[in-house]
Amino acid sequence: MSNLKSQISNVVALLVSVLASLLVVGIVAAQGGPVTDDQVNTVAKRLNCPVCENVPLDVCETQACVQWRDLIRQKLAAGEKPEQIINYFQATYGDRVLQEPPRQGFTGLVWILPFVGLVAGVAILAIVLRRMTGQPAPVKSEAAPSELADGYRERLERELQELQ
Amino acid sequence: MSEAALPSTKNTGSSIWRVVALLAVAGLVMALALQLRARNAAQPKSGVAPDFTLKMYPGYDGGSGKPEIRLTDLRGQVVFVNFWASWCVPCRDEQPALEKVWRQYRSKSVVFVGVDYVDTEPAALKYLAEFGVSYPNGPDLGTKISPKYRIQGVPESFLIDRQGNIVLFKIAPISEAELIAELDKALAK
Repeated sequence: MSNLKSQISNVVALLVSVLASLLVVGIVAAQGGPVTDDQVNTVAKRLNCPVCENVPLDVCETQACVQWRDLIRQKLAAGEKPEQIINYFQATYGDRVLQEPPRQGFTGLVWILPFVGLVAGVAILAIVLRRMTGQPAPVKSEAAPSELADGYRERLERELQELQ
Repeated sequence: MSEAALPSTKNTGSSIWRVVALLAVAGLVMALALQLRARNAAQPKSGVAPDFTLKMYPGYDGGSGKPEIRLTDLRGQVVFVNFWASWCVPCRDEQPALEKVWRQYRSKSVVFVGVDYVDTEPAALKYLAEFGVSYPNGPDLGTKISPKYRIQGVPESFLIDRQGNIVLFKIAPISEAELIAELDKALAK
């Protein structure tokens, strides 16, 4: 009986050891070993230097940027995903640290305005070209009055007749 | 009634577009002008100090036991606000003097507040420990405080009197003697 108990406890101990080893191996594998400069720079190039104007973090050599890249390395080593790291930097330092401004709120205009400008430019160019070539713009001319103008004229004439 | 007197939809439409285009250009110019003005605005040297709430680093609450400190809650005391960063070399030069003067004046209705500018927390905590800083300190989360004071770098400091008005702005490291002189002047008011 005591032998059986001893064997069971040995098996349990073995299983616990195997599970613990698997857990450790899993954690190490998830962390993916040492973080390379390329991995750090992949995240860093999506951020701006905090003290220079429009300089990407991956190429800036100020002490502040060196520290920021160290923090990225630490976070990658701790198993954080690039998106989580970017979100952390945005939350801690604000939108201005992002190389690509967010596509929402007031900064979203940065994405919309160029297209609006392009469309407006093409429209203005088309109008100018039409005028230069003497072609009428695609609007209803006075020679062919609209239904609204017709109705307006009829009403006016009717009211004038009533007055007479 | 002649045809010329009738409302022209063509002319009306064209006028509306001209007004819209004019307003758009005016708006764009105004936005650019405001941005340029904001970029060139200098740090405040007088007037009411912009209010802010600073979430302090753990263990750096100045003994208040609170997680945050709000400037307007400090009315009635003289407040020295120092913008700094662990990567800033001149900040290291002035740091020993700041801590020394703080210890000297902390019981005289004076509060020092350190605002850590675009710094990483591990480096900042290492810096604070290195200099044995004991006054309230925290990060400028979301970089929201520094634009209110329009700082252009670090270290930059502001001295605020009991009424909440800025009485001194210092763009360079402040010396122990100058800080003591300014604190005494503010306390005497």
